[in-house]
Amino acid sequence: MAEATQPDSDHEEDSGRRDFLNYLAIGVGAVGAASFAWPVINSMNPSKDVLALASIEVDLSKIDVGSAIKVVWRGKPVFIRHRTEKEIEEAKDVDISTLIDPETDAARVKEAQWLIVVGVCTHLGCIPLGTADGEPRGDFDGWFCPCHGSHYDSSGRIRKGPAPKNLVVPTYTFLTDSTVKIG
Amino acid sequence: MSNHPAPNFKNPVIRWVDSRLPVFSYVHAEYGVFPMPKNLNYFWNFGALAMVVLMVMILTGIMLAMQYTPNVDLAFNSVERIMRDVNSGWLLRYIHMNGASMFFIVVYIHIFRGMYYGSYKNPRELLWILGVVILVLMMATAFMGYVLPWGQMSFWGATVITNLFSAFPLIGESIVQWLWGGFSVDNPTLNRFFALHYLLPFIIIAVVALHVVALHIVKSNNPDGIDVRGSQDTVPFHPYFTAKDSLGLAVFLLIFAFFVFFAPNYMGHPDNYIVADPLVTPPHIVPEWYFLPYYAILRSFVDGWWIYEIFFGWWAAAKLAGVLAMFGSLIIVAVLPWLDTSKVRSCRYRPIYKWAVILFLIDFIILGWVGGKPAEEPYVTIAQGATMYYFFHFLILTPLIGWIERPKPLPASISEPVLKAGSGAQFAGASAAKMEKS
Repeated sequence: MAEATQPDSDHEEDSGRRDFLNYLAIGVGAVGAASFAWPVINSMNPSKDVLALASIEVDLSKIDVGSAIKVVWRGKPVFIRHRTEKEIEEAKDVDISTLIDPETDAARVKEAQWLIVVGVCTHLGCIPLGTADGEPRGDFDGWFCPCHGSHYDSSGRIRKGPAPKNLVVPTYTFLTDSTVKIG
Repeated sequence: MSNHPAPNFKNPVIRWVDSRLPVFSYVHAEYGVFPMPKNLNYFWNFGALAMVVLMVMILTGIMLAMQYTPNVDLAFNSVERIMRDVNSGWLLRYIHMNGASMFFIVVYIHIFRGMYYGSYKNPRELLWILGVVILVLMMATAFMGYVLPWGQMSFWGATVITNLFSAFPLIGESIVQWLWGGFSVDNPTLNRFFALHYLLPFIIIAVVALHVVALHIVKSNNPDGIDVRGSQDTVPFHPYFTAKDSLGLAVFLLIFAFFVFFAPNYMGHPDNYIVADPLVTPPHIVPEWYFLPYYAILRSFVDGWWIYEIFFGWWAAAKLAGVLAMFGSLIIVAVLPWLDTSKVRSCRYRPIYKWAVILFLIDFIILGWVGGKPAEEPYVTIAQGATMYYFFHFLILTPLIGWIERPKPLPASISEPVLKAGSGAQFAGASAAKMEKS
């Protein structure tokens, strides 16, 4: 602006100061707006009562070999399957390099006969079928997601279909041989 | 506007108001004497129809909000109460439910009208982009509205769509938890969706206002796609288009009423009359019919599809690719003015592109059809082919045809083809000349 009119030194000095004050004012305003924006945005994040979800304890003694149950944890289902010898063998015998999300069966279980996974398809969040008797278990003896056709194996690993990841293994500890604490 | 000085209102109250706030002059200039091309056909009704549906949706929506309870334990029953106990509640809800479908039908026809007659081209690019913004806002509003009855499709539709955002690497999971306000779709989600479902229609009104202001600056396109040369090519909005829009509206309202009174649930899904259960996924989740083409695009991207492997396989998971393609399918519509390389607007004078637009419409319908089918053969292959064609149409066919096509000669004026058809070719020149003089 100053160059466009006459090169007046006072004027240039003034415009420098004025620019500084402008930037300062805009800068302070921006910081103020941002510090107000954050609590607004953050108010939509999970609240304390939602975060304060207790972990759950599950009695495993009533689950027969070959069957599975569904329990609710953090508003989501968790699958607990009492695997048969055949299912354990199948899960161990897979060539890891052929998997979409390579993981060994040993890394996904603490006790070979108990498979505990979050029952939410990693594609778009549907509940895969295969827990209750008579539901389709997919091509790999695990779970089948009816929404978009993802097949999970007997270790809960994605084998076929659009899902990118294996079923998530939650943190859990065995309190006794027949009781598990999830979360 | 300067061509039409404010009329001299006889009523002193109107005159008093108008000299202080010229709303009456504005309506007179923009909807009274506003010049409209005189060759507009019935496809030009659909903007006005969309406006009417928006008003109907807001009115019925406000009445429904007075009776609805946004809580996971009460929402489903509060909707059933509206259906059974609230006076005319069933009517309000069925109008609102079917109104959403009507809105999309009308807007999709409005958009294809624009594509066929080249309404997106210079100088109407910004008008077109504002239209795409309205479409996206409508989709967000409709999606959140569908969650409110808290049926099985509400819950699982919300779960699937919000999970789309988890496809983004690193931040995806945090975004989804932020959207949910928890670890799954639950009460906080329902509450915020209700708040936003109430808010967004008013933002749509604001963008519609910009859309209309932009339209009144660049003026309406017409079926010949040529510029208006002067007042001999136009007729005033009133009474010509108030009448034409009213006739179209009457027919449209009959169709709307048919669905409301005789087939209110035809376009819905029966599973949404089962209360939401977070532990049971319905065997076959489908979104509302107006989302099916985009849903088909989303689902097409799976490991092993050669298109996916070439364009995304080396940098993005199939899920992320599907999400990007789905959002991309809308963004690509917004940039259509720059993808179309032809100077000729209307497909009437574009012998090749005309068929490309019709094929695109068929492709869009095929996408909608497979989007409603389960994810199995042969539907997966059909969806992938149709998805490929969707992008092929915009990215390859549209620019290419613009370069190679030889358009038919354009008429000299809007009047010319009308007069040719009406009074025979030999008189056209003479009467057109007479028209110019008058």
